[in-house]
Amino acid sequence: MMDPVLSTSPRRAPTALSFLIPSISVVVGASLAFLIFPYDLSFLTRIVIMMIFVVSFDLILGQAGIATLGHAAMYGCGAYAAGLISLHLSPDPLLGLLVGAVAGAVMAWISGLVLLRTHGITLLMISIAVTMVLQETASQARWLTGGADGLAGITVGPLLGLYEFDFVGQVAFIYSVSILAAVLLLCQVLIGSPFGLALRGIEGSASRMRAIGTPVYRRKVTVYVIAGAIAGIAGALAAQVTGLVGIEVFNFSLSADVMVMLILGGAGRLYGALVGTLLFMVVHHVAASIDPLNWLFVIGFMLLIVVFVLPKGLVALPGRLARLLRRTS
Amino acid sequence: MSLILSIVVDGVAYGMILFMISVGLSITMGLMRIINLAHGGFALLGGAAVHLLTTRLDVAFIPAFLVAVLAVVLVSVLLERLLYRHIYGFNELGQVLATIGIVFIMIATVNLFLGSTILPLGAPAIFTTPIDLGFRTLPFHRLVVIISGLLVLAGLWLLMEKTRFGIYLRAAVDNRIAAASLGINTPLVYLVAFATGAGLAAVGGILGAELLPIEAYYPLRYMVLFLIVVSVGGLGSISGSFLASISLGILDTAGRYLLPGIGTIFFFVAIVVLLALRPNGLMGKAQ
Repeated sequence: MMDPVLSTSPRRAPTALSFLIPSISVVVGASLAFLIFPYDLSFLTRIVIMMIFVVSFDLILGQAGIATLGHAAMYGCGAYAAGLISLHLSPDPLLGLLVGAVAGAVMAWISGLVLLRTHGITLLMISIAVTMVLQETASQARWLTGGADGLAGITVGPLLGLYEFDFVGQVAFIYSVSILAAVLLLCQVLIGSPFGLALRGIEGSASRMRAIGTPVYRRKVTVYVIAGAIAGIAGALAAQVTGLVGIEVFNFSLSADVMVMLILGGAGRLYGALVGTLLFMVVHHVAASIDPLNWLFVIGFMLLIVVFVLPKGLVALPGRLARLLRRTS
Repeated sequence: MSLILSIVVDGVAYGMILFMISVGLSITMGLMRIINLAHGGFALLGGAAVHLLTTRLDVAFIPAFLVAVLAVVLVSVLLERLLYRHIYGFNELGQVLATIGIVFIMIATVNLFLGSTILPLGAPAIFTTPIDLGFRTLPFHRLVVIISGLLVLAGLWLLMEKTRFGIYLRAAVDNRIAAASLGINTPLVYLVAFATGAGLAAVGGILGAELLPIEAYYPLRYMVLFLIVVSVGGLGSISGSFLASISLGILDTAGRYLLPGIGTIFFFVAIVVLLALRPNGLMGKAQ
């Protein structure tokens, strides 16, 4: 007879298909967007890159419950690394992504070793300070990074040696969407793995996980490095697609925006990261084109509403509405 | 030698401003366990109010200063009643987001009415008169700042150590639940502490406008600085905030004088190292 604890119920057993669902939905959504808004591809590409970045933040905040305000550190390292590689070594886009991922991962490893020993406000402060150090370094090391002017004129060679990046941005869009789909698949596998479950456990109660033998600190560093690599990929993509990297990649507001997007959509779920990013970017685009000053009103009130009314984010909205309806009927 | 003295005087003046603005943040963070990113907003509102009164309504600087601080205290009481009271119960993340939301709305409000340029406060001319200290001349303003910082420190010390309210406040910082069960009206203690902190932030913001100019994005631009003071000093500790403000003021000034360029890097690396070694800050208690 099988031990009931060890048996996995068929409903919970993840199939290959369920791993693919987020990636497939993204590809379908992106294809529709591609057909409906063929003239806004550069904006759509920005959204897709932001989604990759926010998904990476979801790994550490949503899964492991580590709140930082310095996620831009890894994004910026990836962007600078990819920019430098394509300027000085080789214009191959995939090599650039790889270098960006490595840069993000190394940065996450170095900073993670220090900041994951702390928690709460200290962790927030160290993560902010790390990003500040990087921003100042990038602005001072003019010979390498171009200082406040940044790196300009980054060109990338044809994708896989075949597809030249065009002016309309079709190749860039398809390229970014494919990377997003791959990242989502990776995250989905990661979340379903024992490692992912350990992270959820740490989010729930670190002391209990320690009591059952999970090396909490090492798990946190690992997920931080993985998230750093993905953030580095997002930064590298941004550098390749826009052709420039400035010290704004280390801005505090970028780290804060990422957190806002994730919470808006709902932390802990990949769909939340996607929905939140989409909503934030579109509202930002529309509000800023009407009146850039009032954008802060919109986002400020949006934040208060989410925090007070929808603490689980927008993806929890259908469930809440259904419950309300059931109660009234 | 005169270089060292210059660094010390400038650093202390800078530190006093940081102290006045951040001490309220430290108390509220230690007391209510709330991460209030909107604290710098009170300094902004104070500065904006003085700007309005002196430049548009031709009020003299000192009455304008008093009215502005009073107005900020009133606004903070309202905000505490309406919003912050609920935010205390949120987790860390909810607090960060809600207070970022509040600070965005504050910035947008100031931006809407006064624009995003630097707002002159119409300080009296005597502020810029140089005073000869023997080794260098110093604008009178620096002396005002240093003296008001010391007055605030003394006032807070008297309030905390010599009054009944101070006893209540220290009890609530040490153990909120035990304090409440002993019959201390903790919501009132919270309200008074919050309003005092906001008022002091306004004082620091107005007096410090020469060094940290008032403009709409002020709360975001200097938020990191104020939070660093609080986390280095240790949450809820007045002496910790003072020590941290003065030493960070001197450290930052020294970095700018001696290592122009890499001074800021040095400053933030020092913060990271210090927080990694002492996660609860210089004078913080383990939580």
